Amino acid sequence: MLKNAHLLRSPHPSSLRRTGMYVSLLGMSGALYLSVFEQAGDFERLVTRHCPKERFVMADIDLSKADPNFRKELLAHPEGEKISACFTCKTCTASCPVSAVNAKFSPYRIIRLALFGLKKEVLESDFVWLCSSCYACQERCPQGVSITEFMTLLKNMAIKAGHAPAGIRAQRDLVRGQGRIYAIDEFDNKKRNKIDLPSLPTACSVVKVLFPES
Amino acid sequence: MKYALFLGCTIPARSRQYELSARKVAQKLGMDLVDIGEFVCCGFPVKASDLKSALVLGAYNIALSEKQGLDLCALCSSCTSALTEVVHHLAHDDQAKAEVNETLAKAGLHYDQGVKVRHVARVLYEEVGKDEIKKHLTKSLEGLRIANHYGCHYLKPSEIYDNFDQVEDPHTLDELVALTGATVVDYPNKKRCCGGPVLPVDEKTSLAIAREKLEDIREAGANAINLVCPFCSVMYDSNQKGIETAFSTTYNLPVLYLTQVLGLAMGMDRKELGLNMNVVKTKDALAKYAGGD
Repeated sequence: MLKNAHLLRSPHPSSLRRTGMYVSLLGMSGALYLSVFEQAGDFERLVTRHCPKERFVMADIDLSKADPNFRKELLAHPEGEKISACFTCKTCTASCPVSAVNAKFSPYRIIRLALFGLKKEVLESDFVWLCSSCYACQERCPQGVSITEFMTLLKNMAIKAGHAPAGIRAQRDLVRGQGRIYAIDEFDNKKRNKIDLPSLPTACSVVKVLFPES
Repeated sequence: MKYALFLGCTIPARSRQYELSARKVAQKLGMDLVDIGEFVCCGFPVKASDLKSALVLGAYNIALSEKQGLDLCALCSSCTSALTEVVHHLAHDDQAKAEVNETLAKAGLHYDQGVKVRHVARVLYEEVGKDEIKKHLTKSLEGLRIANHYGCHYLKPSEIYDNFDQVEDPHTLDELVALTGATVVDYPNKKRCCGGPVLPVDEKTSLAIAREKLEDIREAGANAINLVCPFCSVMYDSNQKGIETAFSTTYNLPVLYLTQVLGLAMGMDRKELGLNMNVVKTKDALAKYAGGD
């Protein structure tokens, strides 16, 4: 197991096929590890004990759908150019407040999927949207990967490809349409004036100039 | 000390007690906060969906401030980070600046150098200063145990904030609150996010994140939470009841804004500070210490 572990981490395209083979073997049974463990299944038991199954998030990666162009596309963006420096230390996931309560979200796994070129899996997933953009991961990444900025890039790409939660689309449309998330109306201004706060404009025409296309 | 006051979207509509107390405290300290009616959303809420629109919105607000020759003071941490990022980004990217200016020209504006963007807590700490604040404090909050929640965007990303505070060991809010005589309570997970940005995506996850901190704060024996961002307040104050119901527990922890805490120590009354607008009732918890009238 330990001998081959580096192949799981290697994002280099030339090793993709070999990595794919090992990934699928890891997902099967303990058969491969009989020389290390006495019985088939020992490996899985070891993994589950030290790393709960839902946390062992690399074994189910299916590399047959990898698209090497996706990786190139990501590396061309300023928010994505540093991701190839990731060496899977998992500091990001360990620091993540979302991963702490919801195992579906794991920053290092998303970076790995992206580097493997699994475009559909990343952009059509619901998990990229779970990033709270708190920057805990980015502040601690020993490789200087701008993880939070990268998540923002993925979210931008996902919404362009037509995949985004309704709440996120609604926020965008409100802001581009009325200049604010919460428009101020006369009732709000009445409440504001009552406690000596100044009135605010109830309409915003500049958005038509700033966002003529929406 | 003169600043353009940036309110953003949430504060004037949903967190008027923050705006009210910030204006009162600023006035007391001789800070001149100028209102600019044309300000729009800072751009933070559209970053996830459209980075380009976020940049245009941020640059528009900053250009308005620049036109009046004013630096910008924001009350919301997310507004502060979104606007600071724009200044940081445009200072290093001439092409992006040229593109933004093409759009801004249609609104009769120009982004030149940008302006200084500051969170109100940072202004209080760095520019007004602890000594000056202390001069205006008349009522001790001794005995009150306050847990500070720094939140994320008040401190991060650190590369845009010139290290005015330490991300891994923040101290500015602790020092400001300690001025009032209240005891600052430390607790595990102090640096953790409130979970707010996940709320429109996955409510259950979002509330679970907020709950972890409420548990730690209750465990540490605090009487109140102090914070500096309306999103964090939505999670701990507005949603506290929901979290209590979802996880069958009780916290009953009042959630105060920094300017409300300072205002109390300045001898201001509950109404002046909008304490009646906080969701978790503050009256009983604070009665023993200050502002219980």
